[in-house]
Amino acid sequence: MSVPYTFTIVGKNDNPLYEAEFASGVKAKEQAHHLSQFVIHSSIDLVEEAVWKSTAMNLKGVDRFGKSYISSFVTAGHIKFMLLHEKKEEDAIKGFFQDVYELYVKIAINPFYQLNTPITSVAFDSRVKKLGAKYF
Amino acid sequence: MAQKGARPYDRIGEQVFAKVDKINAELFTLTYGSIVTQLVKDYEDLGEVNTQLEKMGYNIGVRLIEEFLARSNVGRCADFTETAEVVAKVGFKMFLGITANVTDWDAEKKEFSLVLDDNPLTEFVELPESYNKLWYANILCGVIRGALEMVQMKVEATYVKCVLHGHDVSEIRVLLKEILTDEIPASMRDE
Repeated sequence: MSVPYTFTIVGKNDNPLYEAEFASGVKAKEQAHHLSQFVIHSSIDLVEEAVWKSTAMNLKGVDRFGKSYISSFVTAGHIKFMLLHEKKEEDAIKGFFQDVYELYVKIAINPFYQLNTPITSVAFDSRVKKLGAKYF
Repeated sequence: MAQKGARPYDRIGEQVFAKVDKINAELFTLTYGSIVTQLVKDYEDLGEVNTQLEKMGYNIGVRLIEEFLARSNVGRCADFTETAEVVAKVGFKMFLGITANVTDWDAEKKEFSLVLDDNPLTEFVELPESYNKLWYANILCGVIRGALEMVQMKVEATYVKCVLHGHDVSEIRVLLKEILTDEIPASMRDE
């Protein structure tokens, strides 16, 4: 069964910084990929509102699109981690967001990384994919 | 096969390290990181950045040696091999909290390698691809040169391996160029 999760990191100007897909089965088709991107971006407004209503970084579920859910985690610097998923697995998602947050902090501490720019590090990419495989 | 004199230096290093004031490691790492990125922005040529880092290190080294000798109470070194051990075990321990290893002596005992397993300056740093020419922690080479010059040794220190470039350790090659004898300053030379 293919249940593709789409994970995106969005910057302060709604600019995408990083994207990854995890599929526990078959790889998602091209068209579905664009659709997931669109869905995630359309829920950013809701995330912005939700941010001011809660003091926690993990906003959990913020939106729904058909059968899919969108969960979000916003860092102190307002960098948004968005996850599009089919199943409601709050614990796995919470753990996933926490671990990705730690990886993100390490990237942010790198003096050569400019905040709010795309993350191109291959090491980051492979580690996020491993986390995806671990949690989903 | 460690030399008989080598063991005590580890202990001296640790004793001195325990006595000195400490600074938060992240603050130190982030400060150095922003120095390097600012230099890169200002100079644009990476070779020039390496040179500037070395010069900065030199200025630090000439002042650092006084603090070092005052705190560590290490006596005169009998020869260059002892100098190398003192730098690696006491010097690096005192100021960076790490010990380096001295390896690869040449036949005449005038050149050696300082191998660093980890380095607080390079924590969390990832070099972008186009920065291959940059020796990120080159300031250390300048510090070694400046400090040893104040104790009458003219050396050249250069980076040959760096963990940021993919190597498993960092290595600085130190070459003794000459022992300086006290010279009469030019102003007093006539008459």
